[in-house]
Amino acid sequence: MADIVLDHVTKRYPDGALAVDQISLEIADGEFVILVGPSGCGKSTTLNMIAGLEDISEGELRIGGQVVNTMAPKDRDIAMVFQSYALYPHMTVRQNMAFALKLAKTPKDEIDAKVDEAARVLDLTQHLDRKPANLSGGQRQRVAMGRAIVRDPAAFLMDEPLSNLDAKLRVQMRTEVSRLQKRLGTTTVYVTHDQTEAMTLGDRVAVMRGGVLQQVGTPYDLYAHPLNLFVAGFIGSPAMNFMPATLEEGKLRTKLGDIPLTDQMRRAIEESDSGREVILGVRPESFEDAALVPSENAAHGVTFPVTIDVVESMGSDVFAYFELEGGPAESAELEELARDSGRADIGADKDQIVARLDAETKISESEKTELWVDTRNLHVFDITTGENLTHAIDLRTDEGGGNGAEFPQATPSKEPAQAAQGAEAAPLRTVPPAAGG
Amino acid sequence: MATTTKQKVGWGSANVLVVLVAVIPILWIVSLSFKDPASVNDGSFWPTKWTWDNYSGIFDTSEFTRALINSIGIAVISTFIAVVFASMAAYAIARLDFPGKNVLIGMALLIAMFPAISLVTPLFNIERNLGLFDTWAGLIIPYITFGLPLAIYTLSAFFREIPWELEKAAKMDGATPFQAFTKVIAPLAAPGMFTTAILVFILCWNDFLYAISLTSTTRARTVPAAIGFFSGSSQFTAPTGSIAAASVIITIPIIVFVLLFQRRIVAGLTSGAVKG
Repeated sequence: MADIVLDHVTKRYPDGALAVDQISLEIADGEFVILVGPSGCGKSTTLNMIAGLEDISEGELRIGGQVVNTMAPKDRDIAMVFQSYALYPHMTVRQNMAFALKLAKTPKDEIDAKVDEAARVLDLTQHLDRKPANLSGGQRQRVAMGRAIVRDPAAFLMDEPLSNLDAKLRVQMRTEVSRLQKRLGTTTVYVTHDQTEAMTLGDRVAVMRGGVLQQVGTPYDLYAHPLNLFVAGFIGSPAMNFMPATLEEGKLRTKLGDIPLTDQMRRAIEESDSGREVILGVRPESFEDAALVPSENAAHGVTFPVTIDVVESMGSDVFAYFELEGGPAESAELEELARDSGRADIGADKDQIVARLDAETKISESEKTELWVDTRNLHVFDITTGENLTHAIDLRTDEGGGNGAEFPQATPSKEPAQAAQGAEAAPLRTVPPAAGG
Repeated sequence: MATTTKQKVGWGSANVLVVLVAVIPILWIVSLSFKDPASVNDGSFWPTKWTWDNYSGIFDTSEFTRALINSIGIAVISTFIAVVFASMAAYAIARLDFPGKNVLIGMALLIAMFPAISLVTPLFNIERNLGLFDTWAGLIIPYITFGLPLAIYTLSAFFREIPWELEKAAKMDGATPFQAFTKVIAPLAAPGMFTTAILVFILCWNDFLYAISLTSTTRARTVPAAIGFFSGSSQFTAPTGSIAAASVIITIPIIVFVLLFQRRIVAGLTSGAVKG
């Protein structure tokens, strides 16, 4: 058990490339922190530096109060789970799990007891004498976890441990990892590029981009108060919609129509003196079929006409896709997000807007209809810096039919929506009812 | 992909041709070794009169048995030392970045390509001065020198195949670099080591140039050189049968070696290490 402190940790490769730029992060004892970001953002490098597999160029790394910059991995008392599992193919499951203890010269019966216990927890008992080659992907993954937990280390490091599993198993193992971490109470740093994993697993999530830490906070915090365009676009699925907007006479002139700003928002934007051109961000769930908006809420939003292109019914929700006249919002951050999500590759139209509507809606494809957008839940971003000008504003979400504060479902699967309990609380972790079965 | 009858016939006959080209000379030698000295030149592929005389003949004197012992001893010692050193060097080449790495690789290649014949005279003089001439060490040292580049090149290819993450995992599990090598990497590279060992062994076993140049008596003379000293039963008979018999005998260890280890060589020992 130990806390991990990264103090302006920097990684510069010999060729001058800056992989990680001055990361400062304090991970409390027993905390589950997720490092998330698109590929190449430096999250794995950061993890490897904590592990001791990569040298730290600048800054200080402390584990349990002790500076470990120059300490060899074996002396840091941390266990790591690799993306490829990295099981020793010439050893049985038992030998794989016992390897670290054997190197530490633990007495034989103690090793046996610990391995048996870990195997029981991970449901591997009947596979202990098999070789990794004869195990399924999920079993190999569990062996990799077992190898880490038998050691009872000060901290776990996990490098995309679930990304080699198929989608169904990944959801199951995600719950398993979460349960295991809670049970053991060991400080854990978990790297992933999957924002769903980040949102559902972590006590806190650290979003990285280009080697720079963008924002650290609880999953809800990142979702509701993203500090910048990148975090806003990265967290949440379907992603936040962005469109260019112009500030005029206390109103936002957008492609959705003129949106009146609340005093709070107007003040926040004016104080930042970022010019009249801004980017407006709207979460898919901020939209609603105008016909379904209760009359007492209608005043909080703006109604606009659209022609729906595609309707996807998820049962619990309906996703409606439509396009707006005029060009899309443009910024380097949005381009990177588009690349990361693959949208740039398939050439999809960037200004396609997604709305998450109530399942009751009667809208259908290529039909002209009216949508309503909740103007209390808007995010306004600086067009040059990408900074969220409205991030400090407490979004009132209690009246919107409970839609606003809820995490959207990440994928059309059977995962439960994770209800957030408020800005400061960790998300409630619910166990999916035998996901997939 | 479905293969047509035409393809099957084509590949089949090509395979048969290749196998015949490889096997006929061997069968010929075997056949010669069983031929009676009088019928060696009878032009028949199979012996008309089978005899064991050639085999018993070469074991009559200690000349051949002594050479056989020299050959086995020298080849085994050279192979062992070369593979041990080469595995360390190859591991460093495959995994580490160190100054002079390219020079090391270049030097190894240089040695492998250097015409051996040009070194015989200097080696002869050096070994005579050092008292290594006509000793086991006098052959083992050059064999190691020429076996190393071959071993380094083969082994580094094998080491490169082993996922690097295994080594990282070993480090995280508390292994020192040496433990990571001996407990994780070396066992996984075992098929590569056997393959390399066989190649180096064959190199030493087959050498004629150094064996004939750096020895003068049966003290260190190996079989390929000793065969050259065989004589017929009279001044006017060629020792064809004895040479054939000796050739068959020195081929046997190689065949045994390869048969014994071929499963280990072929086995994909790394399967299951990482997602595959």
